[in-house]
Amino acid sequence: MYKLGRDSWLVFARQMGLLLRSPAWVFVGIMQPLFFLLLFGPLLKSIPGIGGNPYRFFIPGLLIQLSIFSGLFVGFSLIAELRLGIIERMRVTPVSRLALLIGRAASTVLLLLVQGILLVVVALPFGLTVQIGPLLLTLALLALIALGFSSVSYAIALWLKSEDALAPLLNLLSLPLLLLAGVFLPMDRGPRWLLRLSQFNPFKWATDASRALFAGHPGDPSVWKALIILGAVAVIGVTWAARSFARAVR
Amino acid sequence: MIETEGLWKSFRGRKATVEAVRGVDLSVQEGEVFGFLGPNGAGKTTTLRILATLVPPDKGRATVAGIDLRRSAGQVRRNIGYVAQAGGTWDQVSAREELILQARLFGIHKGEARRRATDAIEAFELTDFADRHCKTYSGGQRRRVDIALGVLHRPKVLFLDEPTAGLDPQSRAHVWAEVRRLRADGMTVFVTTHYMDEADALCDRVAIIDQGTIVAEGSPDELKREIAGDVVTLGVNGAAEKATDLLRTEPYVRRVEPADAMLVPARPNSPAATQLRLYVDEGGTAIPQILRLLEGAGLHLASIELHRPSLDDVFLEKTGRSLREVGD
Repeated sequence: MYKLGRDSWLVFARQMGLLLRSPAWVFVGIMQPLFFLLLFGPLLKSIPGIGGNPYRFFIPGLLIQLSIFSGLFVGFSLIAELRLGIIERMRVTPVSRLALLIGRAASTVLLLLVQGILLVVVALPFGLTVQIGPLLLTLALLALIALGFSSVSYAIALWLKSEDALAPLLNLLSLPLLLLAGVFLPMDRGPRWLLRLSQFNPFKWATDASRALFAGHPGDPSVWKALIILGAVAVIGVTWAARSFARAVR
Repeated sequence: MIETEGLWKSFRGRKATVEAVRGVDLSVQEGEVFGFLGPNGAGKTTTLRILATLVPPDKGRATVAGIDLRRSAGQVRRNIGYVAQAGGTWDQVSAREELILQARLFGIHKGEARRRATDAIEAFELTDFADRHCKTYSGGQRRRVDIALGVLHRPKVLFLDEPTAGLDPQSRAHVWAEVRRLRADGMTVFVTTHYMDEADALCDRVAIIDQGTIVAEGSPDELKREIAGDVVTLGVNGAAEKATDLLRTEPYVRRVEPADAMLVPARPNSPAATQLRLYVDEGGTAIPQILRLLEGAGLHLASIELHRPSLDDVFLEKTGRSLREVGD
């Protein structure tokens, strides 16, 4: 256990160091939700069913989108590391296989949390309100999504081993997940079949929970449901990725 | 230091199963530089990857540094270093950072890891560039960093996969010097290579693998002695077919091959050949007889050359292919 923690820390520290060295990506990661906030948010004012302030509807969804994307696309960096032989070099060391995953996933989660908090802070002048307790619960939810999806992304990357195969698959996966999560528009205004379909999407629950939390209803059933569902997704993702990391070498 | 018995590994592809390694038996002694030669796809890299714990074998037994490979791969990892052909450094970090991380991945604490990185930078002469990003390194510099990474934890066995492929002669010489230095320190080095002169100059013993099995094993001198006799190269000016027919039946000639079309041993009569390679019992007495025979048949030789068998000849004899040509 000590070894796992220590090895995870080593991998995490390396990943954070690499991240800070390519600040362009951190910048893009923060700018994208800001563009949505500034260039898309104002359009929502005229949409019915959103309530008084569109940002209270939109920001919680935007946070979910941010966490899906920050998790899903980490597989690309892993493929680059595979190609450069870095993963292989580490596999021949006694480093814990699980630590290779945990350290990487943890750096993704930390980056996401920083981006998420930044987005919330920027949105406050637009009329967004939130209490500290529900905000922390939301962040926990985001962390679960990033953990689960970065793991899934790593597992797929280890399986495909090629950017050319990974990119279309992730695009295919991410768009319906995102649309069916009701990030941009309220799902319950649409046709019944679409709403039904969206209920099979774990992120629909995450979006609902995030909105309930920002509205100040931490007791809303969507909150504990989302935590359980996304906790399960995270467990499945981490297990799958951990097995992938360990498979080639025992 | 390395013992294998009946190592076997097959890969299931989309169309067919490829048996990459088919019963490899090897024995590498402590403190020697062991060369592993073979054409592409012969099972060379797969065997190396099995021994470096990267690929589990299907069948067979192997011990590395006295530790059972299949039972305690984790223990083996503590005792080996592995340098892949692709290397293994990230472009945006410096050699020093990679060295410190590598040491720490082996459980060495921070202060000691820094000290070892500094020592390695000195020993491998990386000082000039150790603090620059790896993407700025030349091929030779990168390779020295890779080897330094492989031996930082002072392994008993070092695995090198094609350590000088694609390097300029000066960088190759530098890598050879590093390998000799490591051997002088008592390290066992297992190296795959395409270069015969490299195997000849660097290795105490070599093994040749072809189609998944070992076809020859011994010191370069022993192997060369195994092909007793000499090699005569004839310049035949396009009359290869006729000359081959004439020479093949002579009692002192063991084998005739086109020397400049070695990739197609199935067509020894290729009319395109301008040079023939003859394996003969004794060069000194064979040359006058060859001359007499060919002149008598009206064939005019452009050149004639006698040389002792090289490792390349050994390789050619054992696998029917020239390593020099299948190398790249």
